[in-house]
Amino acid sequence: MSRSHALATLLAAAVLSAAPMADAQTTLTIVNFGGANGNAQKKAFYEPFEKSANARIVPVEYNGEQAKVKVMVEARRVTWDVVETESPDVDRGCDEGLFEPLDWSRIGSKADFLPAAVHECGVGIFVWSTVIAYNGDRVKDAPKHWADFWDVRKWPGKRALRKGARYNLEFALMADGVKPADVYKVLATPEGAERAFRKLAELKPHIQWWEAGAQPPQFLVAGDVVMASAYNGRIDAAQREGRNLRIAWGGNVYDVEFWTVPKGTPNRDLAMRFVAFASDPARQAEYAKAISYGPTNTKALAKLDAKVLANLPSSPANAKEGLRFDIRFWADQGEALEKRFASWAAQ
Amino acid sequence: MTGAESSAAAGALRREQRVRIARALLLTLPLFVFLLFTFLVPIGALLLRAVENPEVARALPATVRALAGWREDAPVPDAAYAALARDLGALRDTADAGLLARRLNGEWPGARSLVMGTFRKREALAGLEAAAAKAALVDGDPRWAQPEPWAVIARNGSRWTPDYLLAAVDLRRTSQGIERVPDDQAVFVRLLLRTLGIGATVTVLCLVFAYPLAWWLSTLSARTANRLLILVLVPFWTSILVRVAAWIVLLQSEGLVNRALAGMGWIDRPLELLFNRTGVVIAMTHILLPFMILPLYSVMRSIPRDYQRAAVSLGSHPLGAFVRVVVPQTLPGVTAGVLLVFILAIGYYVTPALLGGPADQMLSYSVAQYANVELNWGMACALGAVLLAATLVLYGVYRRFASGEGLAAA
Repeated sequence: MSRSHALATLLAAAVLSAAPMADAQTTLTIVNFGGANGNAQKKAFYEPFEKSANARIVPVEYNGEQAKVKVMVEARRVTWDVVETESPDVDRGCDEGLFEPLDWSRIGSKADFLPAAVHECGVGIFVWSTVIAYNGDRVKDAPKHWADFWDVRKWPGKRALRKGARYNLEFALMADGVKPADVYKVLATPEGAERAFRKLAELKPHIQWWEAGAQPPQFLVAGDVVMASAYNGRIDAAQREGRNLRIAWGGNVYDVEFWTVPKGTPNRDLAMRFVAFASDPARQAEYAKAISYGPTNTKALAKLDAKVLANLPSSPANAKEGLRFDIRFWADQGEALEKRFASWAAQ
Repeated sequence: MTGAESSAAAGALRREQRVRIARALLLTLPLFVFLLFTFLVPIGALLLRAVENPEVARALPATVRALAGWREDAPVPDAAYAALARDLGALRDTADAGLLARRLNGEWPGARSLVMGTFRKREALAGLEAAAAKAALVDGDPRWAQPEPWAVIARNGSRWTPDYLLAAVDLRRTSQGIERVPDDQAVFVRLLLRTLGIGATVTVLCLVFAYPLAWWLSTLSARTANRLLILVLVPFWTSILVRVAAWIVLLQSEGLVNRALAGMGWIDRPLELLFNRTGVVIAMTHILLPFMILPLYSVMRSIPRDYQRAAVSLGSHPLGAFVRVVVPQTLPGVTAGVLLVFILAIGYYVTPALLGGPADQMLSYSVAQYANVELNWGMACALGAVLLAATLVLYGVYRRFASGEGLAAA
């Protein structure tokens, strides 16, 4: 214990030296994924909270690496107060004691939130989705579903997919005719995993892999690929810049992004107040207007007009076409499947 | 001089020497402490993490004891079920169970939900004995009836494990001994060979480009050479990400290079220069070139030109004189440059991640993946240890080879 503690302290020193020194009383350090999402959070959550709570918010950008949270918690020198966390990491981090359990009585009634957005250690910020995207200027005949994505005769050209097993195995099974409701049942069996990899192998010569969420819209605009899997918010941001990129919602895989509070933060109370504040329907609706990620508080949906709703993953029409990302499945099988993917992709 | 005088003088000399040595040591002490904390301690911690295995031993001591002597083809002893119920009940908080679940899941996918699910219902297991404990556990999750989770617990009962290191070279332990993992899970040996291959390619290319350039620079006047060196150093001071982004702009299918080639009518369709090995090697060579040019230049600058002229005046062909007289004198620079570039190259992962395809990823990518995303630090450290070992072996071979060369040339 003491040795790993020493290592953690050493690593923490490296991390902490980069973090801003904060005045513990009135400053809250909030970590987000940056980009258009970070800007929308600033407008919808941070600035109003600074006014109402008389606190200063220091936003920090990261790329989802939970290693930093783990180092801080183990070294007991936590400088991040609230962290935007991806769903599998919320579940795993909660199990391993990285996050404070939330006080739901302060946030609101669990019944008001999507079931997927309620967690012992986290509350959903927004619903986002991985969708089929294409360039409306280049593709006249709109693809509808993953089976079309796999159809290289009708739509010749490269396809962009995220490098990794997550989502791609689900897409492959849906392209192979598995109904969204059955995807995880099939994938959990060895034959199902085999089937997904076989289907993915069919498309392999036509795949251009992407690493960062900003890449698919670039590829589509540059004409490098004919279709791409992409985060719907990134396509929305490109549309707002005047690009004619389009989304096919068929078989989209949607997931929830969470607020978490790292265990042992000295600003726990203020952090909880912020989480409750940001989960309010009015604030969530404001956020959804700034970027097309859907509210998790169902009361916020009522505050949005049809035009905004059409672009949100959590709108009833789009959610009906989609598949909810299964955290539990990936928590169990993720490491093995990602390793198998790495082996498969490298051949 | 009498014997007493000389021994007194010798004693004084020795004292004087000891003081000097102590002073010298004192002066190097800060450097030693610096090295200890920035170099030796982290590497030691890394190596320890690669073999540490505290999770099961800490969380399930009684279960491990109950499983001692159990063979995997025999039925699981009822005492082990009771011991598991006791151990889970004794865990102080969720984090202990979470770490246990992570460790077991790495060996047997599915163990995470099995352990966490059982842990959440541990109150119902309190005080149950042998058969009753078994019934309750299997009733809660039928996977407890399978031998696999028990085998994983039994195998990981000790505080130290070779598993991470074995996995880092695509091997695994089973009840029958050590064997290769199935082909669809094997990845790290291939990654290691590829890493060394890309490192070697980039090093050779850097040497080929840097050698003539450094030689040319060393023939110029100091003023001109310094001005031109700034051109070498400007990219050296630019962020790697900026340079990678610049290469994307240059190399993409409608990028500058392809449009220029098409404009000159040399190609009909764009060359694929990005998201494959070509792009990775081009960008890495560019990024690492200064590390080859600078040591070569500093060595070449110090070589007197008279030797080559003397060789030519004695009848050698100018090229022969260069190869036999100048090149051997540049070898210290070549050695330094090659080592620098190769060792830096095998640690790259951002450049291959952004410019390469999945068949161009290097070992550090997996290290980063395990450290940052999977939070499996044992695996990350084991891969780091393998890379370190491979580098040290190559370094040893290279030193032998390089010093042999140097002696032969002399």
